[in-house]
Amino acid sequence: MKFGVVRFPGSCDDDDALHAAARVGDAVMLWHRDRDLQGVDAVIVPGGFSYGDYLRAGAIARFAPVMEEVAEFALAGGLVLGICNGFQVLCEAGLLPGALLPNASLRFVCRQVSLSVVDADSPFTSRCEPGDRLSIPVKHTTGRYYAPGPVRVLLRYAPGENPNGSQDDIAGVCNEQGNIFGLMPHPEHAVDPLTGSDDGLAIFESMRACVAGGVGA
Amino acid sequence: MRARVLVRPKQGILDPQGQAVERALPALGFAGVRNVHVGRLIELDVEDPAQLPKMCERLLVNPLIEDYQIVEPADDSIGRSAGAQLPGPGGGGGG
Repeated sequence: MKFGVVRFPGSCDDDDALHAAARVGDAVMLWHRDRDLQGVDAVIVPGGFSYGDYLRAGAIARFAPVMEEVAEFALAGGLVLGICNGFQVLCEAGLLPGALLPNASLRFVCRQVSLSVVDADSPFTSRCEPGDRLSIPVKHTTGRYYAPGPVRVLLRYAPGENPNGSQDDIAGVCNEQGNIFGLMPHPEHAVDPLTGSDDGLAIFESMRACVAGGVGA
Repeated sequence: MRARVLVRPKQGILDPQGQAVERALPALGFAGVRNVHVGRLIELDVEDPAQLPKMCERLLVNPLIEDYQIVEPADDSIGRSAGAQLPGPGGGGGG
């Protein structure tokens, strides 16, 4: 299993994503100007402030050369995980439905939140059970998810935990086929009990199980 | 040609920035202010203004959450001096 982590100018969680992925498989960094995905089995678009978040978060990053390849990879069924800014990029690129708006509080939020697994029948949540609680941190200013139509929700903030005012407490959504997943919380920051929780590993382990021919594909 | 794109949050979508400004004005003694919305003003020189709608749809605006209005040609004097009178709603800030 080989993960590729995209690095944009302004990415800041790329190293943590690489570290998290390396806990369950091989992991390589993909430079934003490269078009070679190096034969990876899954792509992670990490958190941060790609291209300074100019105009709108994620609006510029989606035109990076590597994103053309990622889009092609995703449309061919490849696994793509967008975390925080990566989620914003995937929405701006039209790979996921909806958009991320400024937090209802207008404040940067940084805290551990409890997430509820809504749909465990996906390549990203197959190692969970519906109703499982995951303790994973959020840290963002533009995380209020909004979609005008129905979407496939994999994770919600547990009751009372919504940090940004997102619609229906949505924390993470995937496309209809289930191979593209975006979420605001940071599973890559929750892979070691030393830092409070390793619940985020379930996401990466699910992806590995999917690539290995397991459930949820 | 000088053009100007006014970008506003789509109606019906919560606009916390507008709400914050709306709450701040009465606190300064300005009464009777309602329906405040905060958007973005993009100014640009374009050779072919016919391309502006496409530019908006592809990059300048996220049509899912924002509405836009193209003003061209933009009168460069508008909004340049502090306290200038702006024509109609949605003009950019002074200065």
